[in-house]
Amino acid sequence: MSTIKLYPPKPEKVYFFGTCLVDLFYPDAGMAGIQLLEREGIEVIFPQDQTCCGQPAYTSGYHDQAREVAAAQLKLFPEDYLIVLPSGSCAGMMREHYPELFAGQPEEELAKNVASRVYELTEFLLHVCHIQLEDKGEPIKVAMHTSCSARREMGLGEVGPALLNKMANVELVEQARVKECCGFGGAFSVRHPEISEAMVTDKVEAIDATGADAMITSDCGCMMNITGAAEHMNKDFNGEHIASFLWRRCNES
Amino acid sequence: MSHNQVVQEFHPRVHEAITNPQIRANFRKAMDGLMDKRQLAFPSDDELQRTRELAAAIRLRALSKLPELLEKLEANLTANGVKVHWAETGDEACKIILDICNEKNAKSVIKGKSMVSEEMELNHYLEEHGIEALESDLGEYIVQLAEETPSHIIMPAIHKNTDQISDLMHEKTGTNKSRDVEYLTAEARQQLRERFEKADVGVSGVNFAVAETGTLCLVENEGNGRLTTTVPPVHIAVTGIEKVVENLEDVAPLLSLLTRSATGQHITTYFNMISSPRKEGELDGPEEVHLVLVDSGRSNIYQDDELLDTLRCIRCGACMNHCPVYTRIGGHAYGYTYPGPIGKILMPHLAGLDDAKDLPSASSLCGACGEVCPVKIPIPKLLVRLREESVAGDHNHDNSVVKGRGAKRKGMEPLIWKGWAKMHKHGGLYRTGTGLATVFRGLVPSNLGAWTNCRTAPKLAKTTLHQQMKARSQNNAASQKKDGGDQ
Repeated sequence: MSTIKLYPPKPEKVYFFGTCLVDLFYPDAGMAGIQLLEREGIEVIFPQDQTCCGQPAYTSGYHDQAREVAAAQLKLFPEDYLIVLPSGSCAGMMREHYPELFAGQPEEELAKNVASRVYELTEFLLHVCHIQLEDKGEPIKVAMHTSCSARREMGLGEVGPALLNKMANVELVEQARVKECCGFGGAFSVRHPEISEAMVTDKVEAIDATGADAMITSDCGCMMNITGAAEHMNKDFNGEHIASFLWRRCNES
Repeated sequence: MSHNQVVQEFHPRVHEAITNPQIRANFRKAMDGLMDKRQLAFPSDDELQRTRELAAAIRLRALSKLPELLEKLEANLTANGVKVHWAETGDEACKIILDICNEKNAKSVIKGKSMVSEEMELNHYLEEHGIEALESDLGEYIVQLAEETPSHIIMPAIHKNTDQISDLMHEKTGTNKSRDVEYLTAEARQQLRERFEKADVGVSGVNFAVAETGTLCLVENEGNGRLTTTVPPVHIAVTGIEKVVENLEDVAPLLSLLTRSATGQHITTYFNMISSPRKEGELDGPEEVHLVLVDSGRSNIYQDDELLDTLRCIRCGACMNHCPVYTRIGGHAYGYTYPGPIGKILMPHLAGLDDAKDLPSASSLCGACGEVCPVKIPIPKLLVRLREESVAGDHNHDNSVVKGRGAKRKGMEPLIWKGWAKMHKHGGLYRTGTGLATVFRGLVPSNLGAWTNCRTAPKLAKTTLHQQMKARSQNNAASQKKDGGDQ
């Protein structure tokens, strides 16, 4: 991206929006994200009434329902703290699409305000916290898959690899067609299963061809898709959310 | 809208394409090559982004005064001696062209590449009325020999490899079987050259119609466009009404982006600027030039501020070259004249959403198309808008202009989303639901339909993040209380 984004100084408190996928399937990734933030001396507030950003309904075209659910989330961040999400996709929904979704609605100003405070976890760790990482893990070879929302909607294509490159014992390898979508796309994967299958199969093959021990990603949708397919195809590599990966390796004894 | 466009449903077409290794290999190879070429054509991202901004602004400005510019275009073309015709539908445009042919007693038409003529199925129409229409663009010529339709808007025969083309030409025209592309091209050229001389009418498309000067610009590589527009005594150009730009200065950045985005070329072999029929004393050029301006649903799109962006398109094809879906299924599987991302946002307007209902959902919304679009059409945003239109999912758009709004709103789906919204707008209800889900996590079947065709089923966590965070804050509170009590 040619635009330069200015990041705020490290705050004392942040809100954490865990996302529904993390909540139900990968809570460890969420917890790792929270712990990484706390390690930076930041107090993390987790509003218990949070549910889902509304993206599934939004991308399926059910905007009235997406708006209802999103409106409930807008009320969860009354203080002026920044909001951190362990997902480029959900962060993209809140930062890029909330203002559109609420254009002309009573919540328009609030939606813009919330959107302006939204950060994806890895960009927050890298650009706001300037995180220092001491890698205590065994040498490992990993491939990074950046979600399309993180890469294109949020402009964070370089962030995940930059964090991984801070890890002394991590060798980052790049799969062929690294920028190509893994074929998840939410409901797309079940509405158009054959196309999605062709895409994820190619993605798994590309990652496998690097000989990486693990695939690291910052989005749980991609992770569920790629690791599910890799397991189905009996491939050797594991999938891990970047927050879990960093937290685990910095705390290994 | 058309005679033979939708032959079967979308999913069977996808299945046919995706299970055909030849199609998969041909498209993957071709798209990889095109992506590389485009990247090499834009060594500076800064320059690319600046030119895109400029190009988008040029297109937006032209669209913002479209009615005025079209009138100006007509006036200036007329003053230059070009006859301008207006067609509300594709059929009407076909009829206009047929009438011109009949008036000239024309029996044979030679064509330069034109997607609008594909859209209105001009060849079919002319042939039904006893006029032979021959494609002169090499790719179009191959597609016509094969009795197919283009699979790409810039490279119509991209779905075929050299062997397939060699076999086809051997079978249909008697050339030797050969992998020598130069030989095959020379043969096709020879066959076409003879036809140019005999053609009564030349039909071409238009890349940019310049209002201020009354100039029709045509971008091409093979010289067939120049022959089509100069050799036959009559030239008929046909284009959608959105192709107009305000002035000649607007053309340069658009042209530069068009060729680099499409094929990675900094400039094409030919760039034709047609402003009048042959003038007195001139040695060549057609005696008559016509322009047929086709609406065919475009003015309907024009009425919606958001959908209007669809009309910015300059038909470079970069969106399909970079589309992971197009790369997997190829152009024919879409079932419409315009495939790929631009087809997904354009065809629902031209054909109606009741017909093209499966197109907007056939995208992972990865955004690769929007990223490379030279005129910055927000394609993913428009896909989401059309998904909303197809299920009539936003009451704010109840008066929308989109044909076939709500065509997909049926069955249980609207009810499911209502239930989903009810659960997700109440934190308490959500926590109860997700809490229960974790308790019964063992009951999730390992077969989850389409998902588990190629993936293992995801496993629900033992405890949700909500539960973990609640337990954590309770522990913290308890230990603080304890700490406090000890003091």
